[in-house]
Order: sequence, then structure tokens, then C-alpha cells
Amino acid sequence: MGKTGLMRLAATALAAFTIGATAAYADDDMNDPYRAPALSALAGKKIAYLPISIGFDLAQAWGGVVKTEAERYGMSFSSQDPNWNTDAMAQGMTALIAEHPDVIVTQNPDMQSLARLLKQANAEGIVVVQLNMQGAVQTDAFVGPDFIAMGEQAANMMLAKCGAETQTSHKVAIVQGVLTGGVSYYQVQGMMKVFNEHPEIQIVSSQAADWDASKARAITETALQQHPDLCGVIDVWDGQGIGTGAAIKQAGKQGQVYFITSGGGAQSMCDGLLDGTYSATINYNAPGMGRDAWTAITTALQNNQGAGVIKTQIYSPTRVMTKDDVQAGTCWDPQQYAKILR
Amino acid sequence: MNARKLFRYLNQEKIVFLLTVLLFVAFSLTLNNFLDGNNILSLIRSVAVLGILGLGMLIVVLGRGIDLSLVATMAISIAWSMQLIHEGMPVYAALTTGLLFALGVALFTGILVAYAEIPPLFATLAMATFVYGFGRAHLIVGTDVVYMPKTMGWIVMLGQGKLFGVPMPIVVAAAMALIVFLFLKFTKVGNFVYAIGDNLAASRIGGIAVRPMLVLQYVLSGGIAFVAGIITATSVEAMNTRIVNSNMIYDVILVVVLGGVGLSGGRGNVRNVIVGTLLIGVLMNGMTIMDIQYTVQNVIKSLILLLAIVVDSIVNPRDEQTGQQGDI
Repeated sequence: MGKTGLMRLAATALAAFTIGATAAYADDDMNDPYRAPALSALAGKKIAYLPISIGFDLAQAWGGVVKTEAERYGMSFSSQDPNWNTDAMAQGMTALIAEHPDVIVTQNPDMQSLARLLKQANAEGIVVVQLNMQGAVQTDAFVGPDFIAMGEQAANMMLAKCGAETQTSHKVAIVQGVLTGGVSYYQVQGMMKVFNEHPEIQIVSSQAADWDASKARAITETALQQHPDLCGVIDVWDGQGIGTGAAIKQAGKQGQVYFITSGGGAQSMCDGLLDGTYSATINYNAPGMGRDAWTAITTALQNNQGAGVIKTQIYSPTRVMTKDDVQAGTCWDPQQYAKILR
Repeated sequence: MNARKLFRYLNQEKIVFLLTVLLFVAFSLTLNNFLDGNNILSLIRSVAVLGILGLGMLIVVLGRGIDLSLVATMAISIAWSMQLIHEGMPVYAALTTGLLFALGVALFTGILVAYAEIPPLFATLAMATFVYGFGRAHLIVGTDVVYMPKTMGWIVMLGQGKLFGVPMPIVVAAAMALIVFLFLKFTKVGNFVYAIGDNLAASRIGGIAVRPMLVLQYVLSGGIAFVAGIITATSVEAMNTRIVNSNMIYDVILVVVLGGVGLSGGRGNVRNVIVGTLLIGVLMNGMTIMDIQYTVQNVIKSLILLLAIVVDSIVNPRDEQTGQQGDI
């Protein structure tokens, strides 16, 4: 074999190696060893969605995101709307447990009502994801903001505007939701923790408005009447806060009264920031929570440990927003998610 | 005046009015700023919608009926109007549609009561559920809170504007009260309402078209509900349809009964509703200033209602006739 022969052999070998390598690589690509088990852990599974109501922006975003993803992976998704009725919700939950879906995604109306049922569901092997409000029992996952921390955050924001260093009356009003609801209760607990360390802050009113904007409006109007020099108001939810903001506006106090509220970041939040109804908001991004819930579902179905074995608190990231942060597309449109759920 | 004469002199309206004055004086002496002009205006304003709904309830109750669908009609009709505006319908067309919806629902209720002779309690209870369910399923397809469109124009002033320093909700409530008063006192139809409530059979023999009259009462109350809806939606800048699930309808009955309107029909007038509404207004405003939680406020309110009913049954004992008709 001459020199050229050797070269030819080398070239052939190289070509063969290249082809072989490509073939081997292609073979690898066809068989991602982790994808098939993951998909089969999800395919054909049943997800049941039971929030306290499907009629409000947060629940529509959570359910919309989870449903979209569930359908993408060949899972079935069903939802029920108890329409704010705790009894109907408990009945729905009991029926669901008998139906035995693989996953229940729910939102507690309060701490206790569903606690036993959720425990029972877990015991029967159903993965349970709790949204926004932790019941008295921990299940596979809780997805929601850390409301105590959020209350503290709101209180600290208020201190910057009405605290000791400011030339204000230091008077602050708090508008609660319902007294026993965790979303409201824990936020107020966080706020009071901060305010109790700052004796200069005077809480002139702290009342529950029952998640109703009209009540919030009436309460805030009276508070403003009693304390025309009010420095700030914190409302625990923007859906109710629209009434609080309306009272501030109608009293001609926009600009004087700093109004902080929080919510899931639906379009109404951006609109409220733009027209000055809210001075600042803490946005816990409801579609993001939907994604967290979806992550919790896929994790629980893939880890093969059984329902209720691994329990995780998944606290939602939050973002403080003012008028300056609002651009086109900053907030999301609840109609879009409502359509998905229909 | 001896005790018996005094007792005879006191009817429920006077008792409630006395109670209102006593509370008013007590709050004025004990609470800072209670007597402030602006606080008085905000006091009345906070019950203006309740008062307007009370007028609708009055018209129905006078004819020996009751309308439990008032709040549902109010919430769904105005929420649907605002939703239509969001979807691009012109403001007046959308509001007209909402009004027609409210009137249509009320017309149907009236027909159920007057012609199908279903007891008003059940007919309106069913209609309340139907209106809310249908509305949420087919009319208000997004969130259950419908925000006020920015394009409402001058209508927003009905909730937020002022006339000579008086908030418009109070002006509207006062105007409605005047209209209803004139209607009941000086029109033939208004007098027929009393006649039917007092004695339906005699009214029929007397030549009053009883069934159309009953229908008319419900239609009027439906129209009034729509007006109350506009005031609510424009002052809060949103209509929360969840209000149907709240105990607001009981508050409406409360102001009517409290003021001394007899649930057995034919007795009562606009003044009764005003007195009842004012008592609730004074009570709620005082309790809010005292920072009493609304759960406790509800307890106090319901105790007062209970007291009013007990007093009513002592002062206005049931007679054979009302017994036969069956109390609600």
C-alpha cells in the first residue's frame, strides 16, 4: 500500500466514523430517555379544579394556565364553580373524592372548612394542590404568596410615606377583607407586626369590608371624614380596593392619601394605577401562580412517591408596581383565561 | 297623657323615629366629628342606595307582595350594561338594554305572581336565583366584578357628582322618594296599590284591574332597581355581582319593615322608608366611626329588626283578615 492508499484508507475511515457518529447521535435524539417516562406519568391523568368561585380574575388565571398545560400533555381537566358557597364547595369536594381524580387543585374558602376533606383526599392517593390560601392541613403543595411577609412589605412601604421621618399625620387606615379569611388575616398580622414597632403610626380604622367594594367605599369615606389629615390606606385586595380608591378620589384626597393594595395583576390593577385609584400595588401575578400550580402537579405525578408524601410550600414571587411600571401588556386580561375555562 | 294613651299614640314609625333621634343625640355627644356636616352627608349617602331599593320594595309590599329579586335585578342589569359598553356598544344603547332587561325580568315576575298566582315569596326568590344564574352564565361572561367603563360620560356624575354640595346619590334618592310619594298619594293608580294591598277581593269587586296592577308594581320595582344599580356602579366604579349572595336584600326588607310598613299590605308610605333608612344610616355610621366590625354590626342590626317586628306585632296585632291572607 502506497502513501495514497494509506490516505484513502484514512479518508474512508474518517467518513465511516463521521457517518457512524451521526447515526449514533441521531439515535440518541430519537430516544431522550427521560421524556417518555415523564409524559406517561402525565398522560391520561385527571385534574379536577375546585376553587371557591370561578367568577373572579385570580381563579380564572390559575385554572386557565393549568387547563392549557393539562390539555397539552393529554390530561383531562374538569372544573366546578361553587360560586362562593362554602357548603356547595364541601359537597363538591366530597363528590370529587368519590370520583377519585388523580389531582385536585383547590382554593380554601377559610382555614377549616375543607381541612378534613383535603386530608382524606391525600389519604386516598389523590394529589392535592392548594392555591392562595393554606387550609389547616398541609398537602402536596401550597401555591400562593407569603401573606404575612406581604403584609410586612406593605406596612414598610407605608412607613416610608407616613412614618416618623415624614411631615405627615402618621395616620393610617386598614381595610380588611373578611376577618376569618387567611388572605386578609395574615396580611393584617404582618402589617401589625411592623406597625407595633412604630408607635408613631396611628391606626385610625381597621375594618372588614367583606371583599365588597361598596362596603370598602363607605368605610373609607367615614374614615376620611373622621380624619381629614389621613396619610395612608392599605387595602388587602385590589378587587375590593377599587371602592376604597373611589372614596379617596371622591373626597378629593388623591395625592394626599397614599393607597397601597395587592392583587393578582389583572388589567384592572394597571387601570387603577394609571388613573390614580391605587398609589402602589403588590402584584403576585396570578398566571405565574397557575404555572407554579402546574409545576407542583407535574412534580407530584412524576416523583412516584404517592400523594401527600412530599409537601412543599411554594411562595409566589411578588412585584411592587406604581404608575411608572405600567406599560401595554404589563397586566393580563381575565377574559382571555375565562374563555379557556368555559 | 296617661300610659295607655301614650302607647296608642306610638306607632312603629314614631318609635323608630324616636330611636333614630336618641341614637343621633347619643352619637353627637360621644363621637368626634359625628355632627360635622360632611359626616351627615356621608351618613345619608351610604344608605342612599338602600333607600332607593326600599322604595321599590315599598311599592310591592303595599300591594301585599314582596320582591326578593331586587338586588339580583339591580346587580345583573347594570353589570350587563357595563359589559356591553366594554364590548363596544354605545353607552345609551347599552343602558337602555340593561333597563329593558330589568323591566322584562320584573314583568315576568309580575305575571308569575298576578296570573300564575304563585306566592310572591317563592316567585321572586326563584327569579332572584334565575336572574343571577342566567346573568353569570350567559351575560357577564368574564369576572363577576364588572368595572365601570371610562366612556360613561355624564352618567358617572350620578354616583360621583355633587349638586349644591350635596352628593348626587342623595339627590337621586330624594328625587325618587318624591316621585314615589306623589305617585302613591296623588295618582289613581297609586291609590289602587293601597286598595289592593288592603283588600284584594274588594278591590276586584270595586272594578280595579287587579292583575295588571300587580304586574305594574313589580315592573316599577324592577325599574327602581336599575336606577339603584346605576348609582352603585358609578360611585364604586364597579358592579360586584357577588352582592346577590350577600344579605343586602334583608337590609332592604329591614328598612321597609323597620319604618313601619306592614308586610300584610296596604299600610305604609314613603315616610316610613325614609325613617327606617335613616335609622340604619345613623346606626351604621356610628358603628363604623366606633370601629365596630361588620359581623358585630350585623348582629346589632338584626337585633333591632327583631325588636321592630316584636313591637309591630304588639302595636299592630294580627286580625282575622290578615290572618286569613297569611303573613309573609
